[in-house]
Amino acid sequence: MNPISQIRFIWKPLVFALCLIPVTLVFTDAFEITGRLGANPIEEIQDRFGYWGLRFVLITLSVTPLRHITGRNWVTRFRRMLGLFAFFYILMHFLTWLILDQSLLPSAIKEDIFERPFITIGFTAFLILIAMASTSTNAMRRRLGRRWQKIHYGVYVVGFLGVWHYWWQVKMDVSDPLIYALMLALLLAYRIWWRYRHNRQISVAGSPASSQ
Amino acid sequence: MLIRKAADIRSSEITSKDSYLNRREFIQNGAIAGGSLLTAAPAFGALVPTERREKLVDVGTSDFSTSEAINAFEDITTYNNYYEFGTRKDEPYRNAEDFEPHPWTIEVTGHAEKTGTFHLEDFVKPYALEERIYRMRCVEAWSMVIPWVGIPLADVIKYFQPTSNAKFVRFETLEDGQRMPGQRFRVLRWPYREGLTIAEATNPLAILAVGLYGEVLPNQNGAPIRLVVPWKYGFKGIKGIVKMSFVEKQPKTSWELAAPSEYGFYANVNPEVDHPRWSQARERRIGSGLFAPKQPTLMFNGYGEHVAHLYAGLNLRRNF
Repeated sequence: MNPISQIRFIWKPLVFALCLIPVTLVFTDAFEITGRLGANPIEEIQDRFGYWGLRFVLITLSVTPLRHITGRNWVTRFRRMLGLFAFFYILMHFLTWLILDQSLLPSAIKEDIFERPFITIGFTAFLILIAMASTSTNAMRRRLGRRWQKIHYGVYVVGFLGVWHYWWQVKMDVSDPLIYALMLALLLAYRIWWRYRHNRQISVAGSPASSQ
Repeated sequence: MLIRKAADIRSSEITSKDSYLNRREFIQNGAIAGGSLLTAAPAFGALVPTERREKLVDVGTSDFSTSEAINAFEDITTYNNYYEFGTRKDEPYRNAEDFEPHPWTIEVTGHAEKTGTFHLEDFVKPYALEERIYRMRCVEAWSMVIPWVGIPLADVIKYFQPTSNAKFVRFETLEDGQRMPGQRFRVLRWPYREGLTIAEATNPLAILAVGLYGEVLPNQNGAPIRLVVPWKYGFKGIKGIVKMSFVEKQPKTSWELAAPSEYGFYANVNPEVDHPRWSQARERRIGSGLFAPKQPTLMFNGYGEHVAHLYAGLNLRRNF
């Protein structure tokens, strides 16, 4: 088997299955097969989906640095799938809020989205993710051309809004959201550094001194 | 005996048949204990055993108890806010396991005829134990029904004979980073401090709880002695009390110090005054199941007939 089909038929299904573990555990814990959801199961389900959504955003943002550092270009072949899992977990987080937490009550949903800033922020991030997920196919990428990249730069906004959303709903102890904020900052700082170095290399390569 | 009208939610809606049956048995036991209190000498007073989960004896019943379905012991003891043992809900029961609440002393200071430091046993002894089944509404918009066992705070206050300068009662939790690992992080200003007006503290609803479910109070719920004021948000119910002071000025509470725009001194349950970041109009009753909608939150957590008069003329939106 050539390396490309090896990724496609072995590694991708394997990673796909791994990414499904958190959602599987929610269901098996709900039926008390693998564990328990505790005294407030709705909060637990919503929190778990939220955490995994944010984690997958960060994992997706790690793909490019990982490619640079390891020099293995095949890692980008997993990026779309990981990004779609971020969308999937945020979608589940949203649905838990909509159906279990708010019981589909229109007035409560409207109030939450428009009057609670941390929910407004989270909802905005979700809308950006919808735009990204719905344009993630190869056909859409070709059709949108340059605009596609612009839409998908939205992942940085999603990461920022996601951490902010988490930070703002914590009552007092912000040590957990702080960890997510630091990881996001690290991933963004890497990009700034890389771009700076890259631009310098180009300008050095293009300078008269090096062309001698 | 006063027969109370069933409150805002039918117990059949939220209780399994099993726990409902247990509950009846439980109340029956309570009634037997209450009966024995009449025949035995009440002069014997409240006794708090030192063994974990030991049954409390001579526990009377109370007309203040709600008839709503009681939450499971497991829910009440594994889902706690007690930052002294960690900020996650499951940390208090994990981290408080080795906490030893005996021996325990309580210091009484300030504007009162009687002051001093008292052993827990002597502190509670002059009173009779009562079971109080109260709703507990957390500021985080969830609630439980909890069968506390305690002594009326009003009787305790009377015993110490506060002077006319005593306008407020201030409480403090133990401060001991060795025994309370959560205090190693400055999430809140330690020791945890709370306060009530004298009128609130002498309201018959207010109790100092020493038990839960007819047994010694578990560590994660505030052993060996904690405040329960059911018309206020749960964080007013200070746990592990070591100090009680009669003071003239309104004391600053820990949550007030941490976030004055979000938590006030009064902290009365009020569905009309939202937390700046979330709504207080509805609450999730713990144990009501995955698909049960939230229920409406009641003014003063449904205890208005007993406490509303304390706040006559007070702007509750400003004094949240």
